[in-house]
Amino acid sequence: MNKLTDTLGRFGGVNLLPVALAAIAFVLIGAPSSWVTLTIAGLSMGMMVFLMASGLSLVFGLMDVMNFGHSAFISFGAFVAASVLAALGGWLDSDSILLACAALALALIAAIAFGLAAGLFFETVIIRPVYRDHLRQILITMGALIVSEQIILAVWGGTPVTVPRPSFLDGAWIIGDVSIEKYRIFAFGIGAVVFAGLLALLNRTRVGLLIRAGVENREMVESLGFKINRLFIGVFMLGSALAALGGAMWAGYETLITPALGGEMMIVVFIVVIIGGLGSIEGTLLGAIIVGLTANYIGYLAPKLALASNMLLMMAILMWRPSGLRPAVK
Amino acid sequence: MTQVKVTYGALAIKAVMIMIAAALLFAPFLFQDVRALEVAARICIFIVLVASYDLLIGYTGIVSFAHTMFFGFGSYGAAIALKKMGPGLDAVAVGTLAGVLISLVIATVIGLVSLRVKAIFFAMITLAAASVVLVLASQLSQLTGGEDGITYRAPEVFKTANKLMVDENGKVVRWFGVKLNGKLAGYYFVFFTSLTLFLIMLRVTVSPLGTVLKAIRENEARAEAIGYRVVAYRTFVFCLSAVAASLAGSIYAVWLKYTGPDTALSFAIMIDILLMVVIGGMGTMWGAVIGAVLMVMAQYYLRDLMGAASEATAGIPLLPELLAPDRWLLWLGIIFILLVYFFPRGIAGTLMTKGQRD
Repeated sequence: MNKLTDTLGRFGGVNLLPVALAAIAFVLIGAPSSWVTLTIAGLSMGMMVFLMASGLSLVFGLMDVMNFGHSAFISFGAFVAASVLAALGGWLDSDSILLACAALALALIAAIAFGLAAGLFFETVIIRPVYRDHLRQILITMGALIVSEQIILAVWGGTPVTVPRPSFLDGAWIIGDVSIEKYRIFAFGIGAVVFAGLLALLNRTRVGLLIRAGVENREMVESLGFKINRLFIGVFMLGSALAALGGAMWAGYETLITPALGGEMMIVVFIVVIIGGLGSIEGTLLGAIIVGLTANYIGYLAPKLALASNMLLMMAILMWRPSGLRPAVK
Repeated sequence: MTQVKVTYGALAIKAVMIMIAAALLFAPFLFQDVRALEVAARICIFIVLVASYDLLIGYTGIVSFAHTMFFGFGSYGAAIALKKMGPGLDAVAVGTLAGVLISLVIATVIGLVSLRVKAIFFAMITLAAASVVLVLASQLSQLTGGEDGITYRAPEVFKTANKLMVDENGKVVRWFGVKLNGKLAGYYFVFFTSLTLFLIMLRVTVSPLGTVLKAIRENEARAEAIGYRVVAYRTFVFCLSAVAASLAGSIYAVWLKYTGPDTALSFAIMIDILLMVVIGGMGTMWGAVIGAVLMVMAQYYLRDLMGAASEATAGIPLLPELLAPDRWLLWLGIIFILLVYFFPRGIAGTLMTKGQRD
């Protein structure tokens, strides 16, 4: 038994979970073409959820602050991107791929910029006064969530908003009898780039070193003379911007968004963060991919179980590893 | 043994309590219109619901977002039993019992799995569980009626056509102009069951158990060190409040004669409960009463006021949308945040300490 765990550990340990999941699903589904489609859908969904969840996880790891209002950034990102895309409808419709790319980039940049600004506001006004008080943190961020949802309702109205998609991302490539939606590959690409960027930031830069040190032992970093509060504002803004980017990507994926979007995604984000272990980027990615794959496989095999499956998955993983798959050292 | 000095704030709270109790007791006679009676019944039920939530958040310091889930179990239990077995008190009993049992089992499972971990984990897990149940309720439409919910008939006793007392002509007797019919019986059923549940919870808070709970809230490690099994106590109080919420749900289902996701399970109710607890004051049962009364009144009457304000500001951009009756949660949310900042003890808690001298 020990030998087995050792061997598994050498090949990546818990990182093998998604692979095992995919293998089991391959047997259960039977048809290789639908398995490939579902796996790609799962991976791209996982990447989008990773964008939304990474900020939450980092913020918690660094400052022990749990932001229940995180989903507000997701919704705002989605709606801001949708508005920008709608305003630039002419660019999207034009034949030039360059213009369509520019419109898409502008929409994503607008979402990110909004996320940065909203994050700054949120951190300084809402969360600053309640550091280190979990009960009031939960209550205050919940209140902020209520207010921001109402603001979205007041500004964009309660009716679903259609999100135009640039034509070069519409449709699918068909290889043999496997169809691969272009947008999914695009979403996966963006997610992978962001993940690589975050890893590089955390592992290769001085700021990243400080963040990792702060996650491990905040007091020690403070006593060495670093202003961890300022660092925390930066991480919080980064996390909010990533959530907004994730929301914007999700809006393009769903193409029809309602103000309830943030709340729906929030549950998935929480489950991902809990599964992955709070405070670690790798854990969040692992959790997001597992959740994305499970959601797609179960959605195909037993549609009725789709949402409950995430919950059951979380329960099972919590029983096995109470602090998540790859928690940051605490 | 120190003498606890009765502050005038505490006296004021007691006076308000007596007034609220009297108003609710005589509500059918004092406010003789249908809407006012609805408001009064809703207040009774929400007092129980909020008080049971206060046991968790105020007394023990556990934040759960699954409280509406238990309310919904009770509600749907009674509703499904009334639908399948036909109107009757036996159906109410069976449904209520089923709701309580399901709540108890789920609360125990959630409690044992997740109350060991940090408060924040628990809040997230309950949130996820509640949303799964909400989705399940709308998907299992054969059983729960899906998004439309279930409409059913109340037991004979509580029907408007039922005459409690008849005079010699066979007509319903009127007291102070109020017909003694089933509607009145229904209201008093709601009132007295709610009162009983509330008094039981009040008794729990002043019992030794209540003291242990407060000790856990104040200093978990120390309570553990003294020898109390924190996980067991937390799980117990979680189950207790789940059962109370489930009972409140059953009463509400009998009163409303309709159960759907919006009245029994939706996240909006959870937000209402949170607002009520925080506005009224966490950690006192009286706070639950004040919060429930204020919020339910606001829900029914503030919207009218906001509608008028919205029309009055029709010319100004964005302001009418922000003042529209549907946006009342926006303002309540802002009030909520301000309260948590400046008066974390809520109305009751702040008033209680008024006039206190050390």
